[in-house]
Formats: sequence, structure tokens, C-alpha cells
Amino acid sequence: MVQTGETRRELALDCFLLAGKILMENGAETYRVEDTMIRMAVSQKMTNSHCFVTPTGIMFSPSDELPTRFVRINARQTDLERVALVNAVSRKLVAQELTLQQAYEELEGIDQTNYKFNMWLQILAAATASGCFLILLGGSWNDLPFAFVFGGTGFIIVETILERTRVKFFAEFIGSLAIGILAILAVYSGFGIDRDTIIIGSIMPLVPGLLITNAVRDLMAGHFVSGLSKGAEAFLTAFAIGGGIALVLSF
Amino acid sequence: MNWPLEAFLSFLAAGAFGVIFNTPRRTLISCGLVGMTGWLIYRSYELLLGDPVQATFAGAFGVALVAHLLAKKFRMPMIIFSVAGIIPLVPGSKAYNAMRNIVENNYLEAIKFASEALMISGAVAMGLVFAEVLMQAVFKQQAKRIQRKIGMTPD
Repeated sequence: MVQTGETRRELALDCFLLAGKILMENGAETYRVEDTMIRMAVSQKMTNSHCFVTPTGIMFSPSDELPTRFVRINARQTDLERVALVNAVSRKLVAQELTLQQAYEELEGIDQTNYKFNMWLQILAAATASGCFLILLGGSWNDLPFAFVFGGTGFIIVETILERTRVKFFAEFIGSLAIGILAILAVYSGFGIDRDTIIIGSIMPLVPGLLITNAVRDLMAGHFVSGLSKGAEAFLTAFAIGGGIALVLSF
Repeated sequence: MNWPLEAFLSFLAAGAFGVIFNTPRRTLISCGLVGMTGWLIYRSYELLLGDPVQATFAGAFGVALVAHLLAKKFRMPMIIFSVAGIIPLVPGSKAYNAMRNIVENNYLEAIKFASEALMISGAVAMGLVFAEVLMQAVFKQQAKRIQRKIGMTPD
């Protein structure tokens, strides 16, 4: 099939924006999104392109004559498998191992496939991480089953509420509230020993570690809009977790 | 301190975070190793010299260096390896203590813990960025060659 210049450029734009959108939705750093899009554009002979990436939208201008395009990013999650796959596609496109059409089809496949681990495996992972942190932070072995169970429970609660309401901060608030109540009950009933280490271990899976890292990384790279908004998101998350625990402790 | 136990637990914790963040399956063990490296550097530095902020800096630096090398080996973004490794260094207990003291109206204690938490998160960020700058300086020649190949520099 012979493509005219116009449709080829349209396809190229769609392809770059889709790659940027998948990267941004799944937790890549802003500079990586910009870098990937510019590299893909250069490989398609668009040497004078500019893009502006924020956590809520991407603008891309291929050159002086062509129209600028924009995509909105609504939901953000953490799925590093997709980041790695898009990265691989862009590497192949730049190395001329894929045509533009093939790259676009692969990106669409990545966008539509669900790569997440089984939900139960994720819950088990959250519980394991909680248990490990309890011991690493100096908790007693007696508290291990509590941290294991509460960490998993907190994760289940957050994921369930997130699925129903789509309000991230509310879900995190309720999750940490439940962890706090459970931990206090465990110590009150005489089975648990140290309330504080149980709570710290159990809330570890909810801590916004990726957001904080990305926010600082973006600020240092000069992406102030992205850095500040990711920082605000991380702060709100931390505040929701802290608020839930504080509410329990204040009684 | 029980070295093998802490090594095992930090490996397991970082690997578990790899599952939560859905890192590609074949990198899960590497993620665990990065987390273990970071935690062991942090713990030994803290036990030897007793300064948690410097220890966190050293741990984050180690995490970022190993993550960079693994990223080059696997040809994947560095963030895949660094994120899980950073989590054990995040000052969760300090932040928690700060908040508990605020709730209990011990504001002076709270300020102490909050500033420590702030310093430690700053140290994590500085460790990451310093390692990145170092790696960029080391791999500068290589990067220039690649950039010329794909035409990002004019010559």
C-alpha cells in the first residue's frame, strides 16, 4: 500500500501521542516521555518537533507547518510492564526494525492488553511486603501475622474502593483508617505487642514512593509543572494515609 | 543485627513491591537484588557511622547505580529497577512518628520527626540524582555516539 505524505504524517502523530499517553498513564518519568516522543519523531524525519508533557495532558507539535495535537490523560496508575514494552517499541522504531504501521499496531495492542498480575498475587505481595517491613523496622516476631494480614486487608480495601468510586484519596483514607482500627484492636486484645510498628509495616504498600521519586526526578530535570503536580499528588496521598491513621490515634 | 535475615527480608520486600508495581516478570529477581543492595548499604552505614541521613544518601546512591547498570543490561527504563529498591529507604516510621506526636499535641517532638523525615526524603532524591549525573558523565561518549547515529545532533 502506497501512503501519501499526509496520511503518513497523521499516522506518525497518532503513533507518537499514543506512545506518550501509555507511558504517562503507567508511571513513567516526564523526561522519559518527552525523550521517547522526540526520538520517535526524529526517526520519522521530523527534526523540528516540540512536545510539552504534563501528568494530565500531552501537547505535540511536529513542525512549523503541521498542526499541533493534544491528548488528555485522565487516569494514572503504576504498570511498569507497559512502560518497558512501549520503550522496546520505540527502540525498534528508531532502529528501523519496525515500520510506522507496525509500531502503531503494537502500541494499540499494549494499550488494550491487561498485563497486571493476578489480584490475589498482588494482595499476597502487599501482605508479604508489610510483614518484611515489620521485621526490618525492628518489630517483634509476635506481630508478624498481624502486619501480614492487615497489610493485605488495607490493600484489598483500597483497591476495592478505588474500583467503585475512582476517588484515590478517599480509598487511601479508608484503607489506612481500617489498618489503624485493626492494629489498635490487635494490641487491645492482648495478642499484638507494638501498635506503632504494626501500623508502619501495614501502611507501607500504600506509601506513594513512586510518585515522590518521580516528582523529585522531574523537578531536577527542569520539568517544573510535572514535578509540582506529581508532588502535590504524592502529598495528598501521604496526607490521606496520615489522616486515616491520625483519626484512629486521636481517640 | 542479623545480616542474612535482613538481606533476605529486604530482597523479599523489594520483590513484592515489584509485583505491586507490575514490573516485567523476568526483572522481578533483579528488582529484589536492587532493594537488597540499597538496604544493606543503608544499614551498614547507619550502624557504622550512625547518621540516618547520610546512610540514606549512600543507600539511594547504590540503588541508582545498580538500577542504571541493570537498565543497560536489560535495555529497559531505569525506573523499573530503582522504584522497588527505593521503597525500603522511604522514611515511613519517621513520618508516622511525626504524625502521632501531632495528634498527641507534642508539637516539638513532631517537628523533630518531621524535619528528619524531610531530610531523609531529600537524601533519597539527592542520591538518585547524583548517581544519574555520575552515570551520564561515564556514558557520555557512548550517548553521543548513539545520538549521532539517530541524528539528534546536527553533525
